[in-house]
Amino acid sequence: MILDSKIPEGPLAEKWEKHKFDMKLVNPANKRKYDIIVVGTGLAGASAAATFGELGYNVKAFCFQDSPRRAHSIAAQGGINAAKNYQNDGDSVFRLFYDTIKGGDYRAREANVYRLAQVSVNIIDQCVAQGVPFAREYGGLLANRSFGGAQVSRTFYARGQTGQQLLLGAYSAMNRQIAYGKVKMYPRTEMLDLVTIDGQARGIVVRNLITGQIESHSAHAVVLATGGYGNVFFLSTNAMGSNATAAWRAHKKGALFANPCFTQIHPTCIPVSGEYQSKLTLMSESLRNDGRVWVPKTVETAERLRKGEISVNDIAEADRDYYLERKYPAFGNLVPRDVASRNAKLVCDEGRGVGSTGLAVYLDFADAIKRDGQPAIAAKYGNLFEMYAKITDENPYERPMRIYPAVHYTMGGLWVDYNLMTNIPGLYAAGEANFSDHGANRLGASALMQGLADGYFVLPYTIGDYLARLPYDKVSVDHPAFKEAEQAVIAKNNQLLAINGTRTVDDFHKALGQIMWDYCGMARNAEGLTFAKQEIRKLRDEFWRDVKVTGVNEELNQTLEKANRVADFLELGELMVDDALNRSESCGGHFREESQTPENEALRDDENYTYVAAWEFTGVGNEPVLHKEELKFENVKLTQRSYK
Amino acid sequence: MAGSNPNAKPMDLTLKVWRQKDRNSPGQMVTYPLKGISPDMSFLEMLDVLNEDLLRKGEEPIAFDHDCREGICGMCSLFINGRAHGPERGTTTCQLHMRHFSHGETITIEPWRAAAFPVHKDLIVDRSAFDRIQQAGGYVSVNTGGVPDANEIPIPKSIADKAFDAATCIGCGACVAACKNASAMLFVSAKVSQLAMLPQGKTERKTRAENMVAQMDIEGFGACTNTGACAAECPVGISLENIAMLNREYMGAKLTSENVAS
Amino acid sequence: MNWFTKTFSSTIGRKVIMSITGLFLCSFLVIHLIGNFQLFKDDGGLAFNVYSEFMGHNPIIRTLEIVLLLGFVFHIYDAFVLTRRNKTARPVEYANTRPSENSTWSSRNMGLLGTVILVFLIIHLYNFFWRARFGDIPADADGVENLYMVVVESFQQWWYVLLYVVAMAALAFHLIHGFQSAFQTLGLTHKKYTPFIQAFGYAFSVLICLGFAIMPLYFFFFF
Repeated sequence: MILDSKIPEGPLAEKWEKHKFDMKLVNPANKRKYDIIVVGTGLAGASAAATFGELGYNVKAFCFQDSPRRAHSIAAQGGINAAKNYQNDGDSVFRLFYDTIKGGDYRAREANVYRLAQVSVNIIDQCVAQGVPFAREYGGLLANRSFGGAQVSRTFYARGQTGQQLLLGAYSAMNRQIAYGKVKMYPRTEMLDLVTIDGQARGIVVRNLITGQIESHSAHAVVLATGGYGNVFFLSTNAMGSNATAAWRAHKKGALFANPCFTQIHPTCIPVSGEYQSKLTLMSESLRNDGRVWVPKTVETAERLRKGEISVNDIAEADRDYYLERKYPAFGNLVPRDVASRNAKLVCDEGRGVGSTGLAVYLDFADAIKRDGQPAIAAKYGNLFEMYAKITDENPYERPMRIYPAVHYTMGGLWVDYNLMTNIPGLYAAGEANFSDHGANRLGASALMQGLADGYFVLPYTIGDYLARLPYDKVSVDHPAFKEAEQAVIAKNNQLLAINGTRTVDDFHKALGQIMWDYCGMARNAEGLTFAKQEIRKLRDEFWRDVKVTGVNEELNQTLEKANRVADFLELGELMVDDALNRSESCGGHFREESQTPENEALRDDENYTYVAAWEFTGVGNEPVLHKEELKFENVKLTQRSYK
Repeated sequence: MAGSNPNAKPMDLTLKVWRQKDRNSPGQMVTYPLKGISPDMSFLEMLDVLNEDLLRKGEEPIAFDHDCREGICGMCSLFINGRAHGPERGTTTCQLHMRHFSHGETITIEPWRAAAFPVHKDLIVDRSAFDRIQQAGGYVSVNTGGVPDANEIPIPKSIADKAFDAATCIGCGACVAACKNASAMLFVSAKVSQLAMLPQGKTERKTRAENMVAQMDIEGFGACTNTGACAAECPVGISLENIAMLNREYMGAKLTSENVAS
Repeated sequence: MNWFTKTFSSTIGRKVIMSITGLFLCSFLVIHLIGNFQLFKDDGGLAFNVYSEFMGHNPIIRTLEIVLLLGFVFHIYDAFVLTRRNKTARPVEYANTRPSENSTWSSRNMGLLGTVILVFLIIHLYNFFWRARFGDIPADADGVENLYMVVVESFQQWWYVLLYVVAMAALAFHLIHGFQSAFQTLGLTHKKYTPFIQAFGYAFSVLICLGFAIMPLYFFFFF
């Protein structure tokens, strides 16, 4: 298989313009003859569904939640980047492009990222027109902040709830199309298989989560906007329902899965408090603008702290190690997410972690409060402090917060070309579900940008180019391919229900998460990964022998829903390990202990790994086949990231 | 692993939970004893623990809605000890922690109760009425593309902030659940106010108010009697001022719009 | 239905009618109270009887009486319609509910309070209004119908006094919520003025009802 990224010819800045002209158009009167399925209603899915509807296509949108408004994009706090240069501080499309490529440690496609930076400006216009209440200055113009260590202020935000406001904007646009009858919404409906006919994606098989009914939906194109797979780790900042099932089942139907090992561990999350922990809560990394990260200088002090013999405020200034400021004087506490996370792990591994588990570091606001006063700090971070106090029962104004990294975002995903089409014609992937724009590490405030760019401004063009070449003929859901897929889904559900073993689904999920976290988390090595692969296989076998799923298919059955998702995580986890094993360099969020600089920083191997690893499924338990898409950098020079 | 507070003692609790097989079956309260609950658990983690126990015994776990567990998606619900989202103000059920309960306590857990929110199963209700209300007009009619530059229309910060306050509604339905009339006025008013305040939303403010209220009435929610229970129980603090604004918007629209048919 | 009937049969429209009629009825209470204060004039009821005579026969007052009646009818009718709607909006009650945590007792019991007031109103109308208008009340020293005597006699009965006091208490609670609630329903809220409206409403409710309640107590204890 030859991977054709379909990057248009021409200078970087003109590629998208030229491509837009080169693409075929569907006659306005003919658009109503085409059906498009959109799975997932987060930023990418809702914006795509709304825009397809506006253009005149017939859209069917699906989400597993009770309402499209609940998609996990809603939880994004910080903001959305756009190269508006409203602040006159030197930002430009090229700078946003450059920062994103560099932040991704040179493992993303230049052309895609440049396009992302180009359309970023349109996103803000669109959202404002929808009535998204972004933060404003007293003069009435939009406010910006610098985010995630960026040197320019290009982040637009709506207090700490930017994702919510953007999603509700996209949701409202979709609602308008639902009211017009152009979008038909299927909430509480989960995609369980992709249907391909003659090699083209022609529909999906879903389960109605209320009745258990297995149904088929046919269309001319299918868009997966189903988010990331961070929940492979069980504990992550993802929502409880976030899952990889749609993407994974498309992968099993032939779609390549790219860079699965690229996961982002976010440094500022509330630490685990007990075994019952069901998810991790992220606190915006804007906290690092004023908070100072530290641990005790010595293991002895840390031990006494953990035992409760001394309290944090007893530790003298001289006994504290502000390790980020010490190691990275230029960036200090504002180093990129992967660097901050890895260093937190390092100091905890040394035994200097705090909290009763020893898996936490301090984020201290005492100096900021002394400098700016408590009211100023409360005005900036009040809601975050409140959230922290609510969860931990500790007052962050009086004692430093305890934070620890947590799985947050997955840069990997379904392989797509420049048109966001997977290698299966007619199957598209958008937002976090694809691999395309963030390389090996995503910058803060870029996820929202990418989701909306894909949905509002990329897919609506590129999907037309595909549909324009396709006959109007609809495929009936009575086609044998649909019946076959339905039967497979039913058989799988029945198999899960029939095992009647002794261990719960969560039990397996937690076990998988532990393996992934220990061996495929913030630091990875060949030995650990090889071990993890065996462990995952064992766990998977045990799952299919011993899982307990109660109830029947023909009802609202949350255990069965989870079982299907965990079954897929058990396969995806192995692919992540395979990918991590294959990529013996360190880059971005992927840190191979074998590949580091003398100062323990990530060491890229551009000579051997400047490629996208796209994996082909060959059957459960079989070795996947690796396809490489070489990455060409014509506009940026590859440099080793340095934040010293 | 111990919790953040190593001195916190595990609690024993008695849960009384509404169990209902499906929309058409009758339901009843079922009692479950529960031991060794850490005060640092969230309320939903406490239910996870119970469900794991039930599963191991081969019993059906309790179905309840939840997703982000960060208090923002609005999916979790639960009427806990007579209060929507439990005893703590300004808190969704997923952000409610067991430290607010005491050892030996009996906790009743019921689904939202409203004709417009029929029970799907156990504690899960159907809130699609909310979506239909939004579809009736909770948007600005702009297509993608072709919009003016974001900074073309300045919006005073105070207005933008007020619109944001209204826009933070998470659509959980606690307002309906807490209201003795099962009224959805707070929910509807949040969206109507947000868009009526912003210049972008003003163009359609009349039809929006008319249509959203009409849909609200069709869905079978009760009328507002200004008890203020909704705002008091709202996890994100949507203000009653929005309801006043909705009343103003609606009557203003009805009396001055050119829509004579309805 | 045309737009007009649709507007005023919507939940908000009905509430607006209740607000307007409610505030109108409040204004009636003021007039009624001021007039009745003539009971306290130490003239054996002569002034009160002249006042009653005027109220019973002046054509403007008689016209307004119909408006007043309509005010009551709409207020009560819409209350009835909305209460029924509100009951059906929650067909299954909670097993455990703690409304006192989020709302005042009076705000939740407007229907109950209103019913108490309605029962009182019927007895009150029968006893005074009906007898003054259609009954046979002897004349006083000035040859005017001596309604004053009817008042004095009525308020000698303990149960009648009790009914009045209870009803006025109910009315006070009804108004404490209703007065400011009417402004909320009419959308007349403002950061600057709403606190004043709320305080005024509270004082108004208490003072008006106290004023009315003093009358039966005065005649019971001091006559």
